[in-house]
Amino acid sequence: MMGKNISSLRIIALLLAMAFLLAACPAAAPTGGEGMAADEEMAEEEVMEEESKVLTILYWQAASLPGPYLSGGTKDQDAGAITLEPLANYDPNGTIVPRLAVEIPTIENGGVSEDLMSITWTLKEGLLWSDGSDVTAEDVVFTWQYCSDEATGCTASEAFLGIESVEALDDRTIKITFDSPTPYPYNAFVGANTPIISSVQFADCVGAAAQTCNEQNTAPLGTGPYRIIDFKVNDVAVYERNPHYHGEPTYFDTVIFKGGGDAASAARAVLETGEADYAWNLQVEPDILRDMEAAGLGRVVSAFAGYVERVLINQTNPHSDLGDDRSEYMEGDNPHPFLTFPPIPQAMSMAIDRNLISEQLYGFAGQPTCNVIPAPLHYVSDSNDSCLTQDIDGANALLDENDVLDTDGDGIREYNGVPLKLSYQTSTNSVRQKTQALLRQWWLQIGIETELINHDASVFFGGDPNSPDTYQKFYTDLQMYTTGPTIDPQQHLSNWICEQIPMRENSWGGGNIFRGCSAEFDALFEQLTQTPVGPEREALVKQLNDINVQNNYQIPLVYRGEVSAHLDTLKGVWINGWDSQMWNVGEWHR
Amino acid sequence: MGQYLVRRVLTIIPTLIAISFVIFAVLDLAPGDPTSALPETIRPEVRQQIRKAMGLDEPFPVKYGLWLRQFFVNEPLSLIETAFDIQIGDGEKRLRVTSWGSRGVPVMDMIVERMPQTLWVVGMAYLVAIAIAVPVGVVSAIRQYSIFDQVGTFLSLIGYSIPTFFTGLLMILLFSVKLKWFPMIYDTNLQIVDWNSLVQQLKQIAMPVAVLGFFQAATLARFTRSSMLDNIPMDYVRTATAKGFRERYVVIRHILRNSLIPVVTLIALGIPAIFSGAIITEQIFRVNGLGALLIGAIQLNDIPLVQTVTFIFAFLIVVFNLVADVIYGILDPRIRYS
Repeated sequence: MMGKNISSLRIIALLLAMAFLLAACPAAAPTGGEGMAADEEMAEEEVMEEESKVLTILYWQAASLPGPYLSGGTKDQDAGAITLEPLANYDPNGTIVPRLAVEIPTIENGGVSEDLMSITWTLKEGLLWSDGSDVTAEDVVFTWQYCSDEATGCTASEAFLGIESVEALDDRTIKITFDSPTPYPYNAFVGANTPIISSVQFADCVGAAAQTCNEQNTAPLGTGPYRIIDFKVNDVAVYERNPHYHGEPTYFDTVIFKGGGDAASAARAVLETGEADYAWNLQVEPDILRDMEAAGLGRVVSAFAGYVERVLINQTNPHSDLGDDRSEYMEGDNPHPFLTFPPIPQAMSMAIDRNLISEQLYGFAGQPTCNVIPAPLHYVSDSNDSCLTQDIDGANALLDENDVLDTDGDGIREYNGVPLKLSYQTSTNSVRQKTQALLRQWWLQIGIETELINHDASVFFGGDPNSPDTYQKFYTDLQMYTTGPTIDPQQHLSNWICEQIPMRENSWGGGNIFRGCSAEFDALFEQLTQTPVGPEREALVKQLNDINVQNNYQIPLVYRGEVSAHLDTLKGVWINGWDSQMWNVGEWHR
Repeated sequence: MGQYLVRRVLTIIPTLIAISFVIFAVLDLAPGDPTSALPETIRPEVRQQIRKAMGLDEPFPVKYGLWLRQFFVNEPLSLIETAFDIQIGDGEKRLRVTSWGSRGVPVMDMIVERMPQTLWVVGMAYLVAIAIAVPVGVVSAIRQYSIFDQVGTFLSLIGYSIPTFFTGLLMILLFSVKLKWFPMIYDTNLQIVDWNSLVQQLKQIAMPVAVLGFFQAATLARFTRSSMLDNIPMDYVRTATAKGFRERYVVIRHILRNSLIPVVTLIALGIPAIFSGAIITEQIFRVNGLGALLIGAIQLNDIPLVQTVTFIFAFLIVVFNLVADVIYGILDPRIRYS
């Protein structure tokens, strides 16, 4: 009996020990945390709000590091943008607005040299880092050195391309010299992807040493409205009001930038439970999002940059009988049998109801568009806007007038004896397949038959030169996908010059995917590369856009944006597609 | 027993080295590139620089040797340094295993940061599961085919077959969205300083613990029940009953004690799973624990982090296997190791 008693005691003791171990570990946890009583439960308890004003931001992808230099995701850039600042920001209209700089340098005010070889920025007076030390021109120079050092492995080094040197002329003046004339000199230090970092703090973190700077990388000093007090990798960042901020002191005492979960539940946490103030990038079915918004707690907002979902029209013949010559440009000797006849693609464009596609399939994340350059506003042409209204009768009439008729009575029109049968490919994605089905139905109404094809995104966009199903090879008549210009469209437009046509010779390497060559376009583009920012440049961009659309190289469908949501009680949100969504977080209030 | 233990502990060392090699080799051979998660606008040359900065272009033996040194020498030294606040050699220069996704952040720091959440949620769920499963299993076995047994079997079946992502979503919709009882965002920074914060902590772990606990309890209850049923027809039970002991006494003192031996072993073997977290449940409830850490690291191709976390899991599994064997020996006097 005795022995049995002891061993049953043992079992209990063991179980107790296990329980104790489990309980003891978490008890030790708070010592690792920060000395602040952050309280996220603020939606309902107003008493709490009076004590501490907390802003809770929810990103379903958690930030790996605050800042864009060592980790390239939007989440990381946005986590950084709450505390780090560039010299200037883009506002949601795509206009450059000064941040750390006194004003935007232009040719008129002498900030940009006449020969477009240099730009000179001046810092505001009396700028301080969040630890109270001075911000100087050296910090800007250092930021350039830090990111352009190859060993750093800087993820934003793209923005510093073409820069020969960055010098500090005095404590507040920085001169950037380019290696060739640069009509658009605002890539470096403008926008959340190239903020200024402290030369004192990061002095020992340049090059290979960047990989070992734990403390600096997770808690960079900033000049922005808030400063980091705790950063838990891939989880949550906590910020407090920056007492050394150069702008108006912020309304909130604390910002909590929480990551993880999924888009739908992030939307729910703002729109249905009100637990968070702001949720980012809600890739959720439009209907579901509308239902959530109907709960009445918050609203859905959209940010638009330059992305356009569009149909590319193959200007070359992709017929499979041609073997290796399919979709080869061959100096213009292999034109498409009927898509190069303008009335046909024109009629196809007229038959589309862009409003329906964007409303039903994209919801908050789409607007109908007739342009391939849909933004910024000052670059948008208005000469194609007639496409916004669907006109099936007009399309039929246009084809009839041009003798593209159905001669054999099978419901499909013919052109020069060739029936208008199209193959139409895109990546596998439910929204894209629904778009395909809608277009097919409308085109059938104007006597054009379409075969729908979709390929897995990893194959379609994969770029494998051995695969026939890539968008670069374009072995179909039509294909659909999204790309878009950055804030300055030159880079994007450079894809569409004749030289960029993909073909066997260049291993399908060019960006002129639709294989359209226009001497007029090339000449105007050449002019664009030498025209500084201003009305003349704007007019050129509009012309280039119009040539592309009116030559029927591409049919724009939907201008695509990003969707976020915020509580109704949160004021001051001005969602931005060109810069970080956190670009004006310092002005948010209740 | 002592000799047996020493022998077992010694065999752990080569086992772990072999495991570390296999993990390292598999991850090294696997396709995937840590720069693939970066925006498409970044040029190939820049990607190459980033890879180089991460040390990705070194040959395999060099990378493996470096990791072994970092993990088995540098990490323990750093741990001792921080624990006792002393300086051993040139601590500044000593390279620790650092993440690729969050460059510069030591992997071990990330793991330590995640541990409390996982232990709170998954550990608590495990305790809840044990507390429910053992009594339910016992009663089901004694009152076999009774209503209680039928209901218990039915619930176990449901608990076992409905995936946690479904019950999790259901719970959120019911308790967060409709009733607004529990928060759906887990606050990692919450500190338990007083009664209110404790209540808040319990509120935020309630749903994930319920989801996980239900799932685990289902398995354990079935196991306890069948183990009990194995023992009930035994001769020693009949002897005890014949001696005139009350049923309660026979069940608790005789049947349960013998039946729990395999159950306790099962529980011990399940402990490493607590540390590995519950990947899906953590994701749904935004509990940023070890499971979420691992899955995030896999998505980002953050190889050093995946390696280290996987290796720690392997270590725990090996150790708790040993612990289970030892417990088995202690609980069952018939088993003697030599």
